[in-house]
Amino acid sequence: MNSDVSTTQATASFRFSLSFFALLSAFVVLVVMNARASGLLEAATAMLVTSVLAAGMAFVLVSVFDSKRTAMIVLGAMGLVLGLFAGGIGGAIAGTILAVLIAHFVFWIHYRHYLDGLPNYLTSNEVLWHYTYLAICSIVFVFLIAPILVIIPLSFNVEPYFTFTEKMLAFDPTGYSLRWYDLLLTFGMNNPDAPRDLSWWADAWDNARWINAAKNSIIIGFFSTILATTLGTIAALGLSRSEMPYRRAIMAILISPMIVPIIIVATGLFFFYSALGIQNWGIPYLGVVLAHATLGIPFVIITVTATLVGFDHSLTRAAASLGADSFTTFRRVQMPLILPGVVSGALFAFVTSFDEVVVVLFVGALDEQTIPRQMWNGIREQISPAILSVATILVVISILLLTTVELLRRRSERLRGVTPQ
Amino acid sequence: MSDATANQSLTTADGIPLKAALARAEARARRRAFLLVLPLLAFILITFVTPIAQMLHQSVYNEGFTMHTDVITGERTPIMTNVKEWFDENPVGTEPDEEAYAALAEDIRKLREVRAAGSAGTRINYERSGTRSMFTKANRSITGLEPPYKEAFIELDEEWGAPDLWQVMRDASTPYTVNFYLAAIDLKKSPDGGFEGVPDNRKVYVNLFQRTLFLSVLITFLTFVLGYPIAHLLATLPLRQSNLLMILVLLPFWTSLLVRTTSWIVLLQSEGVLNDALVGAGLLGDENRLPMMYNQIGTVVAMTHILLPFMVLPLYSVMRPINPSYVRAARSLGATSWTAFWRIYFPQTIPGIGAGALLVFILSVGYYITPALVGGSSGQLISNLIAFHMQNSLNWSLAAALAALLLGGVLILYWLYDRLVGIDNLKLG
Repeated sequence: MNSDVSTTQATASFRFSLSFFALLSAFVVLVVMNARASGLLEAATAMLVTSVLAAGMAFVLVSVFDSKRTAMIVLGAMGLVLGLFAGGIGGAIAGTILAVLIAHFVFWIHYRHYLDGLPNYLTSNEVLWHYTYLAICSIVFVFLIAPILVIIPLSFNVEPYFTFTEKMLAFDPTGYSLRWYDLLLTFGMNNPDAPRDLSWWADAWDNARWINAAKNSIIIGFFSTILATTLGTIAALGLSRSEMPYRRAIMAILISPMIVPIIIVATGLFFFYSALGIQNWGIPYLGVVLAHATLGIPFVIITVTATLVGFDHSLTRAAASLGADSFTTFRRVQMPLILPGVVSGALFAFVTSFDEVVVVLFVGALDEQTIPRQMWNGIREQISPAILSVATILVVISILLLTTVELLRRRSERLRGVTPQ
Repeated sequence: MSDATANQSLTTADGIPLKAALARAEARARRRAFLLVLPLLAFILITFVTPIAQMLHQSVYNEGFTMHTDVITGERTPIMTNVKEWFDENPVGTEPDEEAYAALAEDIRKLREVRAAGSAGTRINYERSGTRSMFTKANRSITGLEPPYKEAFIELDEEWGAPDLWQVMRDASTPYTVNFYLAAIDLKKSPDGGFEGVPDNRKVYVNLFQRTLFLSVLITFLTFVLGYPIAHLLATLPLRQSNLLMILVLLPFWTSLLVRTTSWIVLLQSEGVLNDALVGAGLLGDENRLPMMYNQIGTVVAMTHILLPFMVLPLYSVMRPINPSYVRAARSLGATSWTAFWRIYFPQTIPGIGAGALLVFILSVGYYITPALVGGSSGQLISNLIAFHMQNSLNWSLAAALAALLLGGVLILYWLYDRLVGIDNLKLG
């Protein structure tokens, strides 16, 4: 960044930066000593020593190095070496990152780079508050994303634990394995230990529990998505016409499956299906597919009507005036424009079905095991790290889906000429 | 055009008055729009509205004491008809006489024949515990029972003489009843025909409704406290950066609910990542690991995480269009940054807060999966009790009554949401 410091607002002052580092390190020590319930004298000494050390190191760092980059490289190298001695590869990585961050932080504070980009009328309290606010935001983002990321490394754990082992922390390859992924294939197989030839794979395809669950989930998801998307798109075309009577009330009914608690839907369907005797009709998955289609419909309605909001109806009139019948108009003019909305609605509907467990538990036949149902049973009964490997696969899938939906949204905005503010 | 036509009303080329033609065309357009929606509306009515209506019916209708349906053949036999007749002939509060007991004996013979004593007893047992065994016992010994039946029954079990038992049987002899709703709010009918609370040790449901409301309010508040700053950050950053950060909000939104719940179990359980990290850092002794899972803390933390995107997205869509020059103008007129925020910025975001808070509250009131998996016993919500009555205690009418109360609450909130926010403004990412 720019190391030439503007003279008006930012002049480096040792008095401020050194006392800042001294206080900060003293505070960190205080927290640690307090948690360890150390004696008062001991804590006070440690605080004093650390703050003097920290201030001294910062002074040396800033005086010796002219540029931040050199300081970061040199300090990073020192962190690497120290970390390597203290804790192997894991320690080296942690040490390097920590050292580079410290160097960056010292220069950032000392040369007042923290004022860069802020309006120059802010008081020092407001600057402090600004960074507190950024820190709060970072914590919330960590809260949002860390739980999802933490299961990914844990799914490669060689031990059947749900926590990081010392080997994992040291990046020892023997601490990691694919055994839980392997278990996903072999669990439920007739001959899991047979040599892995074609017949082994056939066995896995036919009998492995998780593979069967995946097959069921995909079949149910596919049919319910088709149903929800077809009906939902046609209805959204009607709903977005200005002539639509009782628009608001009908919209409220169509969106309500998203709002009504799932347990109520499942309870109602349980009574309804047993009164109809739907399980005796001989159509597998029928009850679950219908229910999942119902749950997916609100998402299709919402996404498709959203793409139709900016729809220019003179386009359809132009097509009609050029001789196209209404179906051709729909196929050649309307559909290409709303397609991104339809596809992301379909993805939403698929994900809703793919993730749904309560209805399956209530009305699904015993052999209709889906991935969420299998996970549900796994979490309730004997939670094994195999669950984490399924979860990791699902996270990867959701990353792919999210990317697709984002790309579709941008394409739709470009197609309709709607530029984001 | 001649003068003559100018006096007549305007017509189309076919000679139809223009007004009528327009009305017809508009009606046709309305019909077309409605026809497009009709298939979906019919689908939703069949697969969603009818089941819920049937559930509502189940909450006021229980034929366990009036009709027996054979599990295999589906054949339906009326039961307890003689007692019903006696109830019809004698007003409420009549002391059951020999005639009543004779009718009971006759009915229990019938129960034995169709093997319905257990289910009939269960129906009475819902409102008077311990009764099911009386029915099954009478069912076993009915062949040896001789007149006078009153003495014979009381000898079998002296509870058969209890007036409140006869009151409950009288109630149950008509299939339509509000008793399950009374039970759902911890009330029962008193002998004099009024209502009274159930004994304190059996009060469950009102407490659970209260807990559900309290935890939902807490979760809504937490999502607001956590969501407001990041929505503000996302709304004020340049679009390129905010789109990147938005991924951090949308990824949890797209990730399976069971995956997120599993993650929280992994993080918070007593042998979990967080406790291990705290112990490893020396901040916590190995023996006093924090109990953060399988209790209310687990439910609140996991649900806050899961519902946070539903707060951030409406807030963001309200905050993004707010013009930053208002706040700058306030600052230039001498407002402190707090005053500028509180008097200028915050009031403009209230619609977003309302939308997000209502949405999160509606969703959390009816939440089932997460409390069931991480809530332990203290973190269960009303939905979990409905599931319990559906799957374990098999008191379906009570489950339906609880579900109906929950549904009523949610629909009121939904109506409010539609009024204040408008369903059209619901956005997904």
